[in-house]
Amino acid sequence: MSDPLLTLSGVKTDIAQYHILHGVDLAVPRGQVTMLLGRNGAGKTTTLRTVMGLWSPHSGEILLDGENIAGLPPASIARKGVALVPEDMGIFANLTVEENMTLAAVSGPIDRARLDWIFTVFPPLKTFWKNAAGNLSGGQKQMLSTARAMIEDRRLYLIDEPSKGLAPAIVSTLARALRELKQGGATILMVEQNFKLARALGDHAAVMDDGRIIWSGPMATLATDRELQERLMGLSMEHA
Amino acid sequence: MSAAPDHTPILTRPPLSVRLEPWIPVLLVPVLVLAGFLAIGNPTSWLTLTVSGLAMGMMIFVIASGMTLVFGLMDVINFGHGAFISFGAFVGVSVLIALSSLTGAPSLMLNLLALLAAVAAAMAVTGAIGWGFERVIVRPVYGAHLKQILVTMGGLIVAEQMIQVIWGPKEIHIARPEMLKGAVLMFGATLEKYRLVAVGFGLAVFLAMRFVLRRTKVGLIVRAGVENREMVQALGYRIRIVFVGVFIAGSALAGLGGVMWALYQELITAHMGNEIMILVFIVVIIGGLGSVEGAFIGALLVGLLQNYVAFLEPKAALVSNIGLMVAILMWRPQGMSPVIKV
Repeated sequence: MSDPLLTLSGVKTDIAQYHILHGVDLAVPRGQVTMLLGRNGAGKTTTLRTVMGLWSPHSGEILLDGENIAGLPPASIARKGVALVPEDMGIFANLTVEENMTLAAVSGPIDRARLDWIFTVFPPLKTFWKNAAGNLSGGQKQMLSTARAMIEDRRLYLIDEPSKGLAPAIVSTLARALRELKQGGATILMVEQNFKLARALGDHAAVMDDGRIIWSGPMATLATDRELQERLMGLSMEHA
Repeated sequence: MSAAPDHTPILTRPPLSVRLEPWIPVLLVPVLVLAGFLAIGNPTSWLTLTVSGLAMGMMIFVIASGMTLVFGLMDVINFGHGAFISFGAFVGVSVLIALSSLTGAPSLMLNLLALLAAVAAAMAVTGAIGWGFERVIVRPVYGAHLKQILVTMGGLIVAEQMIQVIWGPKEIHIARPEMLKGAVLMFGATLEKYRLVAVGFGLAVFLAMRFVLRRTKVGLIVRAGVENREMVQALGYRIRIVFVGVFIAGSALAGLGGVMWALYQELITAHMGNEIMILVFIVVIIGGLGSVEGAFIGALLVGLLQNYVAFLEPKAALVSNIGLMVAILMWRPQGMSPVIKV
């Protein structure tokens, strides 16, 4: 595995009285896509939100390029170049597409060349540029949410189930966009239940269960080893 | 980099009813004005009452705009907002009394200069009090509505007592600046000069707020924060700083409203803020929590209705706005321009 950009060591997170993460150890290699897999309730979303600072771990280290960011406020983590595409997309419905994107460009005005690239991968955003984001379809909202993360060059992209509930055509558009992002050298930590998409995009995989990483390694190993898939997740990716 | 070949976006024009829907609350104002005209019958009385209603509405809007943003962005029910109105009125009136040589001069420029000094002092003091109020009283109870009601109500009582300690327990009468006294005759109707100034002033505040909220990045952050605070933080903005800034601005606007209301009534008491708060709450609720535009329309409706009903059926004036609130909430339970919150 190449030099990790993000390293989690013994990360434990509680939400109210519930212990969700019981000591997550994970390394996210630089410039590659790491897929976080596992059954519902395993702690995948909590892991992403903990990295983003939306929930504070009560113990453990989260190193971003060697700097411990555990417990920092989300705004500080975002300013260090971490972008989150949340599971609920988190778009601002009363704001226009343009305003959503303007807000996401925290460093200054929107870079025109980057926006043009976003328009080529997500054409509906150009069409609905001046429209309220709340009027977009589910797929278009997901495009907007992903595009907000992509509007600036980030060090790390945290993407939570981008394909959830979307039509195959839109999943395919998203996959293309993420592949282009990956080709540009982006580091991505992505939660995904769609194994086909996970297998197509992922370089590495980490499988979670009960708030811990129970396996991590190359995606190719997991994708081709049916016995391993069944042991880790109780199903076969070959047939997913 | 390749283009996405799949699914072509379709931009369909929504039907007229859908396009008009956001404008229905705006149309309520001219509808009420027309209904007032038909009910009153006398054009000059109607014009006088309409200007008076608009002036009252603008003043309530100035006070309510800060409160609706504080609620929308911070989810804080601030019953202490009335304290900023009273403090603003007392500070502003003190400045006007101190500058009596300017307010008494027969010069519009000198009068406005004194008024601006009073407004600036009131806004500065109430802004500073708001900063302290947020830090000491509100911050420990974020997310706990019941505690917010109790502690902000307590803060209001303390503030009212402080006013009585500083300025004494008696009400203070204040004369308007010389050039704002009296009335002008327009289309046969007698229109008080001060009310015309209040309408202009309120409109200027609304347009300035709208500009900041719609055209600046700070405004964008505030509007986004009203919808989804968490995501604003995840994008890299320190929402806490925005919270404090909005609370200070909201308190300063209440102070401004206090000065305007003091000159409107020509009388101030420590409890005046608390008394206006009933109308302010009605405006915030019917406008839609967190919506400045909704508060603007709501304030105009409340001001106009109060004046029309007070003329037509004085005994019903007190309940007219409660009736308005009930009617609007039955039509739109989230208020006229609700902000979608996450």
